[in-house]
Order: sequence, then structure tokens, then C-alpha cells
Amino acid sequence: MTVSIKKDHKLADAFLSVTEGMQDLTLYSNLKKSAKDILADSGMPTLKNEEYKYTAISKRISDQITHLGTPSSISDLQHEVHARENLFQLEEGYTLVCNNGIFDERLSKIDPQVFQVESLKELKEEKAAQIGAVEKNESDPFTALNSLLFLDGLRIDIPEGKIIEKPLMLVNFVKPDQKGSCIHPRVFIHVGKNAQLTLIEQTIYLGEDPVFVNSVTEWMVGQNAHVRNYKLQNGHKNDLVVSNTRSEIHQDASFTSIVLSLEGGMIRNNLSLDLKASKCEGNMYGLYLLNGKTHVDNHTNVDHTKPHSESNELYKGILADQSRGVFNGKIFVRQDAQKTNAFQQNNNILLSEDATINTKPQLEIWADDVKCSHGCTTGQLDEEALFYLRARGIGKDAAKAFLLHAFAGEVLDQLKDEGFKEYCEKVVHARLGGNY
Amino acid sequence: MLSIKNLHASIEGTPILKGISLEIKPGEVHAIMGPNGSGKSTLASVLAGREEYEVTEGEVYFKGKNLLELSPEDRAREGVFLAFQYPVEIPGVSSTNFLRTAVNQVREYRGQEPLDAVKFLSLMKEKMKLVEIDQKLLSRALNEGFSGGEKKKNEIFQMAVLEPTLAILDETDSGLDIDALKVVANGVNQLKTKENGTIVVTHYQRLLDYIVPDYVHVLFDGRIVKSGSKDLALELEDKGYDWIKEEVSGTTV
Repeated sequence: MTVSIKKDHKLADAFLSVTEGMQDLTLYSNLKKSAKDILADSGMPTLKNEEYKYTAISKRISDQITHLGTPSSISDLQHEVHARENLFQLEEGYTLVCNNGIFDERLSKIDPQVFQVESLKELKEEKAAQIGAVEKNESDPFTALNSLLFLDGLRIDIPEGKIIEKPLMLVNFVKPDQKGSCIHPRVFIHVGKNAQLTLIEQTIYLGEDPVFVNSVTEWMVGQNAHVRNYKLQNGHKNDLVVSNTRSEIHQDASFTSIVLSLEGGMIRNNLSLDLKASKCEGNMYGLYLLNGKTHVDNHTNVDHTKPHSESNELYKGILADQSRGVFNGKIFVRQDAQKTNAFQQNNNILLSEDATINTKPQLEIWADDVKCSHGCTTGQLDEEALFYLRARGIGKDAAKAFLLHAFAGEVLDQLKDEGFKEYCEKVVHARLGGNY
Repeated sequence: MLSIKNLHASIEGTPILKGISLEIKPGEVHAIMGPNGSGKSTLASVLAGREEYEVTEGEVYFKGKNLLELSPEDRAREGVFLAFQYPVEIPGVSSTNFLRTAVNQVREYRGQEPLDAVKFLSLMKEKMKLVEIDQKLLSRALNEGFSGGEKKKNEIFQMAVLEPTLAILDETDSGLDIDALKVVANGVNQLKTKENGTIVVTHYQRLLDYIVPDYVHVLFDGRIVKSGSKDLALELEDKGYDWIKEEVSGTTV
């Protein structure tokens, strides 16, 4: 008989013991202390935890990750970076390179005249105090875990009024070693009033050894600032990923998140947009193409607190083989948030009888003058459309690829940066087997 | 070019076609008429290879090949074209991209070089004039948001580009006003050659004023119960289908 437990204390304790002998980061001692207390008290989530009922990420970590410590810096990273220099055709953009979660200024391409990047360890106290103020330790056990174990990270400050037209690419190279297989990237980004930024995030896995990447990204988006945040998850079958992203969005500002999950072992994305003021906008788009036994869980949360704010959400998935998808979309509309517009949609195509999708919209509305809608669909490929294409002489595989690509295209079309969009389309094309 | 012998077909176990025989020679236009539910559209669908239908008996040969053994795409590549009664809207698939893929897959099957973008574009332009289709429509997703008439025009446009040897028009006239009907018919007539066969499936005689058939067949309860010249269509228009039904039940009783 198996006994299911509500909290996994064994794993939490194992992680807590990692801190022994860790270097002291006095700047963040309060944050780390609170994280420690939370983990010691509540442990890591199991399937009994409502928020994690379909995603046994703690169990996967226990089963697959033998070293819970953090690996040392990857040696000769320069070579790996150069080998990928033209990967995204972003010659003119900026690049921030992280080595197992630690910012590597030497390999990055930035301009201090345009924006500021600082290592978390070197922050002034006032700026350091904001770390953990947006995404609080209490909000998710993996956030607490990240707070407990990050060794360093980075803070980006986009000055007031600065419009950065070329995208900023944040690339995290990860590689486990004998010291450990867990990496806890921590990033804080402040976008000043009237500023504009496109940030592309991607993790590059060196080798295919089991690895656990547990990131926390905090955004503070100032008044009338506009942010586009793209995340490409295209790792390997042995990676375990938890990504916690929270954005605080202020008046007249907008934040658009696009998450593309194309390959991985188990991925859990927690995305929360806090619409803090009136007339702000939050957009969340996602595409997951899953095969093998890949498991991708997107939990999103948008919180409308003041009048006249808007949110749009579209997540689409294509699931093959024995893959599994989870979508949970929460929309909160507080009593003050009159005239809110909130739209949510989740569409899935299952290509195999063994693929599973669990989808759940969750709307909590306290205001009475709002427009909210949500919907989800799950089905197979449209047979009628398939026949139409074949009846014109297009082969069955190409016809399928046509339809799948059209389905995925609705999300890809949201990518506004041409170079990166082209790159993603190429990757998706190759995956969908189209040759047109 | 097309030889149908004793064709029986059913859907989910229900027989729809109950022994159809039909010969079509190059250059001929055959009209298939009949009341609703007589099996007209089923015949068109079976010829194009729609997989929901099961052929239980009979044979169909097209240019000497056993058509029933070919996949829908191979039938199209051999030169069969079905103009759909309800053209499907496919959001996200660009009309141009779709048609270029179709043309080049057909050409590949026939051992021809693919058309490059420039040649394809000039082919499109040439055929667009023929069916008076607006270029703006073709820059949109396939049939998405098209009106009924625009969808039917697009079918004839695709037919013009693909140049089939056997065109099957499945109730292409339904839902069209007289102006759209004339445009569609005009397109079909201009595409007619001495080598091509055409099957016009319709409920109404009206279309046959513009596409003049060599033969008219009346389908009833899955069988061809009467064949004749274009005058038969006028007679049907005049008297309706009831006398056919009576004639059929009269002979069977």
C-alpha cells in the first residue's frame, strides 16, 4: 500500500541541508530566513496539494536528481557561447549570459549607457530589499526554495523613458556536475516609467544529464512602461523545470508574456500578473508542443485590482504520444476593478489516445460591471479540413502539418521581434514535420 | 475517361448508393440531378475519396486506373477535382501558400519541376481574371470569413489553377445569386476542353442554363432512374421530382 502524504518533508529537509556550509549572503539573510521557515514548515508540494495535483514535480526531483546542491561554474563557457552566437540572429540586440545561474559580465553584450545590470551580490541595500518583494516566498514553495538557495542572480534596471528597440536576450547555460544538479536562477527587472523592453529568456542545456532548474523572475513595470517577455523552453527529456514569474504592472503599463514549451522532461510554469492600477494591460500567450512523456503544466494568474484594466490569455497545445499537459488559468477581478475586460482561451489538439490534458479555468469576480469570458476546447485534428487539403493533392502528412502549423501560428503570430519569430517558426516547423 | 459500374456505397452501415453505372467520355458534361437525399453528394464524395463512405460493391476506373484504390490526394494528382458544396474555412492557412503547395505536390507526382514563386504568381494572376476573384481574398486565410459566393468562386479558382481532367461540381450553385452563378458558370465553361470531363451535381435546373450539359441523369434512392438530354432538366424544372418518384414506384410495384 502506498501512503500519500500532503507535504514532502523529506525532500524539503534534503534541500535545507544543502545550505550547510553555503556562503553567507548577508544582504538577503531575511529573505533566506523566511524561506527556510516556510520550507521547514510546509515542505515541498505533493499531488495532495491542490495547486500541484497533476504535477508530481517533487517526486520527480526525488527520483531523478541525486545531487541537490548547485553545480560550479561551467569552464570554457566562452566556447559554448561563441558556438551559438548567431543562433537567434540578434546581432544588434543585447545579450546577458548566465553560467549556471550566475551572471557572466565578460560573455555578455550590454551597454551601461542604455540600461544597468548588476549582480545581486553587489546590490546596494535599498535595491536588494526589493528582491522578493514582488514574488513573495509565501506564494509558492519553489519560490521559497529559490530564495533559500540562490547564490547570486541579476538585477536589470531600465531607466525612465528609455525605449529599447532591440530585444535583450537572457541566456542561461546550465550543466550539472559532481557538486550538484540544481540551479536556482534569480532575476529582478525594474522597468522605469515610460520605458520599453523586449526580453527573451532561454536556457541552454549542455549535455542531457538530469538537471533541475528552479527560476524566479520578478518584474516591476512602471507607469506607462511596456514589456514583452518571451520564454523559449526547448531543453531535453531529462530536465525538470519550475519557473516562477510574477509581474507587478502599474498604471497605463502593459506586460505581454509568451511562453513556448517545446521540449523537456517536466515543466511547471507559474505566471502571475498583478494589475496594480487602472488602465493597465496583461497578456499571456502560450504554446506547448509535447511528445514522448513530456509533462508541461502552465498555471497562470491575473489579478485585476483597479478599474479599466484588461487581460488577454491564449494558451494552445498539441500533445502526442504519452505526453501530458495541464492548464490552470485564474482570473481575479476585485470589487474595485469595474470595467475590467478579461478574456481567456485554452485550445488543445490531442494526436494520440494516450496523451492527456487537464484544463481548468478559475474565475473569481467581485465587481459587477465587467466583461469576462473563458473557454477551452480539446479535440483531434479537423477531419473535414484535412480532407479538403488532401482533395487538392496535398499529401496526408503535409496536410496535417499545415493544420497543426496553422493552429500553433495563432500564438507564434504574437511574437513581434522578427529575428526571434523566424527562429521559433523554424523550430516549430521542424517539429511539426512540415515541408512547405 | 471515367467508368462507374454498379457502384454501391454506405455510410455507417446505411446504404446510400445502390448500384450506379455511368460512363463519361472526354469533353462531355454530365448533370446529376435529383431530390434531396437521393445520393447526389454521396456520389461526388465517393469519387473524391471521402473516407467516411464505404464502397461495398462495384468499381470506378479513371483513365484506366482503379480510382477506389487511390488516396484522396492521389486522385487529385491524377486529375480529379471536387468543388465542395461547403468549402471548409481553415484559419491560419494562407490561401496562396496552400495553393502553391497543392500545385507543386501535383506537379511532383506527375514528374514535373515545381513552380518557383514568380511562375506561380503569374499563374495565379492569369487564373484570377478567369473567375473574377479579388486578389485581396487570396491574401487572407483559406476561405476564412468568405461569403458563400466568394467560397464558391474560390473553388472554381482552385480548379482553374489545378487544371483537372475530371471536375465534379457538388451543388456549386446552391446559395448563389444570379450574378455569382454567372461568374462561376463562366469560369467552368472557359475551363472546358475536348479532353476534360465535367460532372455537375445540382438540385436546380437554373445552373444548366449556363453550363449546358450533354447528358442529364436523375438520381433517386441511390440509383440513376432516368437519363436524357438537357431537355430532361427542363422537364424536371417544369414538373418537379414527384412524377419521377411515381414513375419509379410504379415500375417497382
